[in-house]
Amino acid sequence: MKPHSRLHIPQPPSRPGQPPDFSYLELSAAGGVPRPDVNARVRDLDFLASGLVRVLDEQHQAVGPWHPHLEPAELQVGLRHMLLTRIYDERMQRTQRQGRISFYMRSLGEEAVSVAQAMALRPGDMLFPSYRQQGLYMVRGRPLVDLMCQLLSNTRDMCRGRQLPVMYHWASGRIFSISGNLATQFPQAVGWAMAAALKGEDDIAATWIGEGASAEADFHHGMVFAAVYRAPVILNVVNNQWAISMFQGFAGGENRSFAARGLGYGVAGLRVDGNDFLAVYGATRWAAERARTGAGPTLVELVTYRGAAHSTSDDPARYRPRDDYERWPLGDPVERLKKHLIALGEWSEERHAALVSELGQLVTTSWKTAVGFGTLTDGPHLDPDLMFEDVFEEMPAHLERQRAELAAERRAGVAAGNT
Amino acid sequence: MNMIQALNSALDLMLERDSAVVVMGEDVGYYGGVFRVTDGLQRKYGEHRVLDTPIAEGGIVATAIGMAVNGLKPVAEVQFADYIYPAYDQIVSELARLRYRSAGEFTAPVTIRTPCGGGIRGGQTHSQSPEAIFAHVSGLKVVMPSNPCDAKGLLIAAIEAPDPVIFFEPKRLYNGPFDGDPDKPAVPWSTHPKGEVPDAYYRVPLGKAEVVRQGEQITLVTYGTMVHVCEAAARRLGLDAEIIDVRSMVPLDIETIAASVQRTGRCVVAHEATRFAGFGAELSASIQEHCFWSLEAPIQRVAGWDTPYPHAFEWEYFPGQVRVMRALEAAMEAQ
Repeated sequence: MKPHSRLHIPQPPSRPGQPPDFSYLELSAAGGVPRPDVNARVRDLDFLASGLVRVLDEQHQAVGPWHPHLEPAELQVGLRHMLLTRIYDERMQRTQRQGRISFYMRSLGEEAVSVAQAMALRPGDMLFPSYRQQGLYMVRGRPLVDLMCQLLSNTRDMCRGRQLPVMYHWASGRIFSISGNLATQFPQAVGWAMAAALKGEDDIAATWIGEGASAEADFHHGMVFAAVYRAPVILNVVNNQWAISMFQGFAGGENRSFAARGLGYGVAGLRVDGNDFLAVYGATRWAAERARTGAGPTLVELVTYRGAAHSTSDDPARYRPRDDYERWPLGDPVERLKKHLIALGEWSEERHAALVSELGQLVTTSWKTAVGFGTLTDGPHLDPDLMFEDVFEEMPAHLERQRAELAAERRAGVAAGNT
Repeated sequence: MNMIQALNSALDLMLERDSAVVVMGEDVGYYGGVFRVTDGLQRKYGEHRVLDTPIAEGGIVATAIGMAVNGLKPVAEVQFADYIYPAYDQIVSELARLRYRSAGEFTAPVTIRTPCGGGIRGGQTHSQSPEAIFAHVSGLKVVMPSNPCDAKGLLIAAIEAPDPVIFFEPKRLYNGPFDGDPDKPAVPWSTHPKGEVPDAYYRVPLGKAEVVRQGEQITLVTYGTMVHVCEAAARRLGLDAEIIDVRSMVPLDIETIAASVQRTGRCVVAHEATRFAGFGAELSASIQEHCFWSLEAPIQRVAGWDTPYPHAFEWEYFPGQVRVMRALEAAMEAQ
């Protein structure tokens, strides 16, 4: 038979009812990937895009050249931030189920990505996250009440009722506004970094997108501009294997790693175990130093697994095996750091349980405070007049007129007996 | 000055006055721009202030947003308005709404300059006038000058504005006023009063229309190249027409327009862009809302046909003097 072309439709290794299969995942041993000098030429870094940077081994020991040698106190802080992220996520998911908030997105299984990366960066560095990096807010210390008020679109909502839940922002904490449109922040972070370099400042930018969103043109734009201007930026692709129901093969991940895409642009590509707190920290330090010393941008692929649904609007049992997450070969980032600390003699199950309880209390008291500022359903409510503000710096005449029209409409509604 | 020199002067002044201003785009640096608007600026201000960029309009606008968030005031050039669509998402979903979605914590005061309009044998990919597409988006200011004097003052105002501005430059007007007759010899801006451009800094406020000719019989509401076509058409008919140059689509100076139509009772709206759902539709609707009881005839619309801009039939497509004259006659005849 004559050879003929064939349309290839990527297939995930397993669907509901089938056993999980992660044989496609290429792993390296902990400590197995060399750590090149931060000023190494991109052409000499190909191996970083195919290996997997790992520090924690099966015996919970930290090994190899990427080991960041953090003090136990710092590791405990990292564990705390990851746990807080997880407990916050669990509770907020539950409040959505109770109808108190309209929507939520958990980061279960990906906590090391945002927490270790934020800890490895400086407070002046500017962060351009996607919607699953709430750990950044934990590390930078935004009070939970503020985040909850955003989820509630209440009178203390930082977004003044304009954004879906989880689309936070924090200018003074140097965390950029989350768009909700995918990948748009990727080239914006590059522009921010270009400006920092242009002004001769020392701060760098870091940005995050999912592997699915790397298919967007904005990924390409970010890579090209970062490469051309050698912008001081860390470009993170969080490969959590799933984009709602589509596995990473639909973003082009079947034949080469996402990190390998960096090489084609002349950007260092680094593939990292995203569930290994120490590996993520060490890799981010390396990329940050490259950026800060003028060696240019780094594309970091963080190999992880989206443990929960994409959002409160989908059911993963309809597109992947129920026990997929439990069988994920890279384990759980919280458990792995916890066991490492225990192996170091710097942690215990008792301390862990006490911390879980303390953080649970913090979430509970924060929620009580937050709902006191109103919920979507119960007052106090935001003034709808706010709708017309911040479209422009100064309100133009046509918006003034529309604001007055809404006021009249609301008065008429009250008069007509509408509530 | 011609319009190219006037725009160059505005950029030069702003680069000099404000170290946060950067100019960026395809071919704008070393070469000075395909229309020469940025000529000499990189030599004067250096490669860090006047940046050549990759050919990626989406990337140009996205990085401009990031730069603006980091305190710069980027003036990005999109080489032809026809090329702006790869940047559409960054403009509509990001640039226009950043202030709103972050409740004012983040802003992106980016100016996007882009040459628009036909009459230069550009075919369907170098002739479009997409101003309505952007005027429809909340959060953007949209501007189109019709002469060098306004071009300079409006561009300075746009760069200084705290909001994003889409700045359309009718490229047929770069070198001289054009009255819609391609067979007449080209006229330089030096023959036109609006070719008198002060060397110094000045601003033309955004959101203010200009009455370019006072008249009593009928009001012509237009902008860009069509200002000059409308002037010629009214002159040929011997009408005492009031001609209003809109200049800013957003914010729209409806007060100036309405005051005129209430007085004349007749109105023609004219632009070069396609007619259906064009900016003329907004003008017509707003004018009838404000002036219905003063109108003595239906508002007439003049526009490009609702087809792509064809290369071979450029002058059949272009809304020239005859199309404007027919609309003026229709508006004058109706009782």
